[in-house]
This record gives sequence, structure tokens and C-alpha cells, in this order.
Amino acid sequence: MTTQTILPVDAQRLSELSQSSGEPGWLKDSRLQALELAAELELPKLEKTRIDRWNVNNYGGYKASKPLAQLSEAPASITALIKDQEEGSLIIQQNSGVIYTRLAPELAAQGVIFTDLQTAVKEHGELVQRYLHKAVLPNEHSIAALHAALWNGGVFLYVPKNVVIETPLQAVLLTDDAEAAFVPHILVVADTNSSVTYVDNYVSDKAEAGLHNGAVEVFVGAGAKVRYATVHQLGVDTTDVTYRRAVVENDGTIEWIVGEMNYGDTASDTKSVLKGNGSSSDAKVIAVGSGSQKLNYTTQAQHFGKNTPSDMITRAVMRDAASSIINGITKIEKGATRADGQQTEKVLMLSPKARGDANPILLIDEDDVTAGHAASVGQVNYEQVYYLMSRGISRHDAETLIIYGFLAPVVSQIPLEGLRNQLQSLVERKLGQ
Amino acid sequence: MAADFVIEGLKATIEGKEILKGINLQMKGGEIHAIMGPNGTGKSTLASALMGHPKYEVTAGTAVLEGEDLLEMAVDERARAGLFLAMQYPSEISGVTNSDFLRSAINSRREEGSEISLIRFIRQMEAKMKELEMNPEFLHRYLNEGFSGGEKKRNEILQMMMLDPKIVILDEIDSGLDIDALKIVAEGVNSMRSPERGFLVITHYQRLLNYIKPDFVHVMMQGRIVKSGGPELAERLEAEGYEWVKEELGIEDETVGQEA
Ligand SMILES: Nc1ncnc2c1ncn2[C@@H]1O[C@H](COP(=O)(O)OP(=O)(O)OP(=O)(O)O)[C@@H](O)[C@H]1O
Ligand SMILES: [Mg+2]
Repeated sequence: MTTQTILPVDAQRLSELSQSSGEPGWLKDSRLQALELAAELELPKLEKTRIDRWNVNNYGGYKASKPLAQLSEAPASITALIKDQEEGSLIIQQNSGVIYTRLAPELAAQGVIFTDLQTAVKEHGELVQRYLHKAVLPNEHSIAALHAALWNGGVFLYVPKNVVIETPLQAVLLTDDAEAAFVPHILVVADTNSSVTYVDNYVSDKAEAGLHNGAVEVFVGAGAKVRYATVHQLGVDTTDVTYRRAVVENDGTIEWIVGEMNYGDTASDTKSVLKGNGSSSDAKVIAVGSGSQKLNYTTQAQHFGKNTPSDMITRAVMRDAASSIINGITKIEKGATRADGQQTEKVLMLSPKARGDANPILLIDEDDVTAGHAASVGQVNYEQVYYLMSRGISRHDAETLIIYGFLAPVVSQIPLEGLRNQLQSLVERKLGQ
Repeated sequence: MAADFVIEGLKATIEGKEILKGINLQMKGGEIHAIMGPNGTGKSTLASALMGHPKYEVTAGTAVLEGEDLLEMAVDERARAGLFLAMQYPSEISGVTNSDFLRSAINSRREEGSEISLIRFIRQMEAKMKELEMNPEFLHRYLNEGFSGGEKKRNEILQMMMLDPKIVILDEIDSGLDIDALKIVAEGVNSMRSPERGFLVITHYQRLLNYIKPDFVHVMMQGRIVKSGGPELAERLEAEGYEWVKEELGIEDETVGQEA
């Protein structure tokens, strides 16, 4: 059945908006084309997930956000995330627009660009145009098309050749007004032999239903290294659909760390395209589902280059009546000799009503490769609970140890201590209620 | 008060099949009892039923420790009441470090607010590990994961030493141990001997009993204790096997499920 995409805005209005925010002509055209595509395209096909029944039409409209005069004025809902950030590099988006941007001067001096994407299209138009929508294509499906038509705020991070940044750059993206469209686009470009870590948090603070339609594009230049960490902790009110793509050149490295700690329905797809020889990808996804959440998590690695290793791990704990479909897709193209694609998906279910489904898929068109997958869906092992209890530990504490133990081998590998602790406490929050 | 442990008329089934058919045993603090017997005669079942393994259903009997019936308690309560079982096949638990696990176990015996301090805990644990000649890295390893057979057994004894129980059941603690490790583990056990503590040692071999000298030896067959004696009984079993016991008692098949 074909469902007509409900367009949240018409071409006339979109065109006016683009013009009034002073966007260059190419961007206005790109938005209008995407809107046309959106009308023709269907929703993404998600394995065993009826996304058409989700709340995916609550876009709201574009509303200008008021910039902060200083960081201390930031909304209370995000103060914990930005404390001690006065000296750091930080971008805050609230609803449709960025309200705070700071780039550490020593990075600015090295030519690093870190600004909201709406500003970047004006100040670094050529650079942005070269990469925007080249990894997440607007013609993939109606959600990607609508994203390209409507994106707002956003982050642009450019790291010049040979620049190595130790301290993570951060962004916080907050939706607290259901009437305002929340469609941030994150674009990261790491030039040859550069190195950078970017960490962001998605937060909501509102009661009415809303949608986050997000796209992330990361371009990893030759020999460059990008560590991309993202924590989604959107409330039950917000449906989250996020597409992340990295394109990696020769000997480049992408490292994904994804914390899926939302309370609402979530579809996320994180993909590395290993274009160059010797490029590599590592993806870690930690997820906790609760309530009646419907979840669909996909990790993908597509190998074009020779000698390309990829590893993806998803570990998910499902409680209450949460239901999750977890897909891993390793695709090795012809010619990608000596590629090595590995993936593991594991789901731990804590209640008889929870659902978990792990689907590992290997698609291999080249002979000279190695690939492997492991998937498991299970409950807390009662032998293990018995063993712990036989040492005096209560049933509740025994189960808690086992659940955290299930996530620990992945969490403990997260190289950023602050992020590790944050994820740990988000897991505790989701499991503790 | 010395640990008095009295098992009376203990019967247990697994998946509807009766395995223990009425076990009677009395232990006093300071005593070491050995249980021997051919394979499949219910020794581990006895240990598991006492500890409260969920697969076993106790259908009759009591097991009273210092006036309290353990069989009325949940598994963790039995442990906190003073029962410790070194298991024949300890579980592996990924993601839970040995030290986190043992600290939780120790703190489960303490009031909230008076948990053991990390430094004190580590110091104690390191001291015991040294006695058992365990590499300190085992503190940070995931619980039993990838441990060799002998390492698991040592880890069981380490837990026993840290938790200071009143009744210790050792289920084939000697299996999988090399000769040196056997001595080390036996020394660990002997160092814990006290008038306050009783041991129930399940083993197939006299060798262990050379190191851990039992006061009483019991033979299990068909889910019952069919013969009891002193240390000399174990020596005779080692020398002659079980045939003479079976003949004496008129037992043809000693395994559970076969009636005499
Ligand atoms: N799930 C089960 N269903 C039926 N019988 C079982 C089950 N589990 C155990 N048994 C049986 O119970 C009997 C006693 O087993 P137990 O493990 O107590 O023997 P054991 O004396 O400890 O033997 P071993 O010396 O080999 O360790 C065995 O015959 C065993 O096969
Ligand atoms: Mg046994």
C-alpha cells in the first residue's frame, strides 16, 4: 500500500523561510527538491517494524530560537550536561535553532570550524555544499527527504589537515517546544590525517508528542580518525528517527559510540562506508528499552576498500513491554579483498512481555575476506542468579549485577571516562524505576 | 555458639524424580564429615538441595542450623545464615568482576551504611589470594569467565575464606586440581578449621582426605547415606572400591532410581 507523505510545509513557505534566513540559492533549491522527493517517496522499510504506525508526522513548524547571552542562562533541563563547559567547545541547539556556540580559541587558531550548520552554509558555503547530503541521501526514503527539506540548527565541524584535537567537542540538542520543528543536521568533516572526538546529547523536556528527524554525516579523510559519540535520552513524548553515515577514505578510522537511552519509539541506523583501502570502523551501541517502546536499531558496515576491518557490537536490555528489532548488516563488495567484517548483537530480556529480535546479515561478494557474526537473545540466567544468591546476595542485587554485567564488556571499552559514567547512570535510571 | 547442623529425613526431587530418599546427618562445629559414593548417587543433589537450587524440590525433611531450618529460607538467606557451598561446577558470569561480586557478597551481610571500605576489602582479598597463590589479576577478571577448572576451584575457596561461613560444603573441590594446588586449597580449608565451623567434604578420593582429615566418613548410594564410619572407612574404599559395601548391603545398582 502506498501512503501519501503528509508534507508538514508547502514549497512556497519553505522557499520564503530559506530566503528570509538568508540561505544561499543552492540550499534553497536543495530544500525544494527534497520536498518534492518527499511527496513521492515512502517511509523507510524497517525490518519487522511498522513505522507507519508511529508518530512520525509531528514536525511542528520552524520557530526562531533566542540565542543565549551567556551559558548560565541555558535551560534548566540541560544544565547537568553543560556544567564546567564555559571553556570548552560547545554548541547548544534548542528546538529549531542553535542558541549557543563556543569554539575554544586554540582550536580556532588552528583553523578548526565549529559552528551551527545554518551559519556555516553562509560562511563556508563551498565547503558545506561539497559534503551536505552526500552521505545520507535525500532520495533514500521520505524521512531522509523531509530531513533534507526541513533541517534546522545543526552542527558543522571541520578539522583541517594534520590537526589533532585531544579534548572532545560537544553539542547538546534540546527539544522543549512541541510546536517547533526539531530537525538538526550534524556534519563532520575531518581532513587528511586529522583526529577529533565529538560527543553530543539529545534531550527533551516537554509533554506533547513530537518528532526528532535527525541526520548525521561524517567524512573521514585519508589517515584521519573520528570518534563520534552520541547519547539519545529523549523522553516518551518524542519519536526519534536518526540516520548516521560515515564515509571513510584510505586508512581513515571511524569509531561510533551510541547510547540509545530514549523513552520513546526509536529507529536508528548507523552506517560506515569503508571507501578507502585500509579504512576501518568500530561501532558500539548500548541500549535500554522500557515501557512500551518500539525500537529498531541497525548498524551497518559497507566495505569497498581493501584491507578494511569493521566491528559492530550492539547490546540491548529490554524491560517491561519494550520491543526491539536489532539488525546488523555487513556488506563486502567485490574487490574489497582482505576485508574483515565482524558483528555481534545481544539482547537481554527482563520481562516476559519484552521482545527482542536480533538479525545479523552478512552480504559478501568477495572471496578473499573474513567475516563473522554472533547474535543472541536471552533472559537472565537463573543458574547465575542462584550462584550469586548462594553467596548471600539478594535476588534483586544478583539480577542487577548480571544486567550491568551484560552491558559492562561494551561500556568498559568506551574510551571517554565522562561518557562512560554518564551512560552508566542513564542505564541505572532506565533500569531503576 | 558452635555450629550445630542437623539434617533429618531430607527428600528431594528433580523434575518429578526423587533423588534424595531421606538423608539424616548430624554435624557439630569443629567436625569434618566426608561424603563419598559412586557417581550419580545424589551427593551433589544433597549439596544443591541444602543450598536451595531452584531445580530441586525438597519434598520432606529439615536442615536445622543453630535452631533455624534452612529449608524454609531463600537461597541468599541460607547463605547469610552461614551456609556455604563450593560448587562442583561454579557459574561463569560475564561482566561482573570477581571483586565487585565478592564485595556485594560481603556487604549483603552488613547493615546499610556500614559497608566494607574498598581499601580494606582489597587488602583482605589480596591477602587471601596470596595464601591461595592466586594472581592478583583475578580480582579484576569477570567471575569465573575463562577460568581453568583449577582456577575456579581456588576461586570457590577464596570466597569461602572471605565470607566466613559456619557450615561449609565442598563438592569435589579436588577435581581438576593439580597436586600442588590440592595442597594449597587444603591448607586454605585447614586454616579455616575452627570449633565454630563444620565442613561437609564431598569427594571421590582419599587423597584429599589425607590433607583434610575427616572425623566421619559417610557413603551415599541410591540417594541415601548407607554407611558411616571413621577415617578408616575412606581408606578401605580407596583400597577396595565400593563392591564390598554393595555386597554387604545387598545393593545391585547403586545409582539413584534403583531400589534396593
Ligand atoms: N534433570 C534431571 N532429570 C533426571 N535426573 C537427574 C536430573 N539431574 C540430575 N539427575 C540425576 O540425579 C542423580 C544424582 O545426581 P548427582 O549430581 O547428585 O550425583 P553425584 O552423586 O553428585 O554424582 P558425581 O559423583 O558424578 O558428581 C543422577 O542419577 C542424575 O542423573
Ligand atoms: Mg556430584
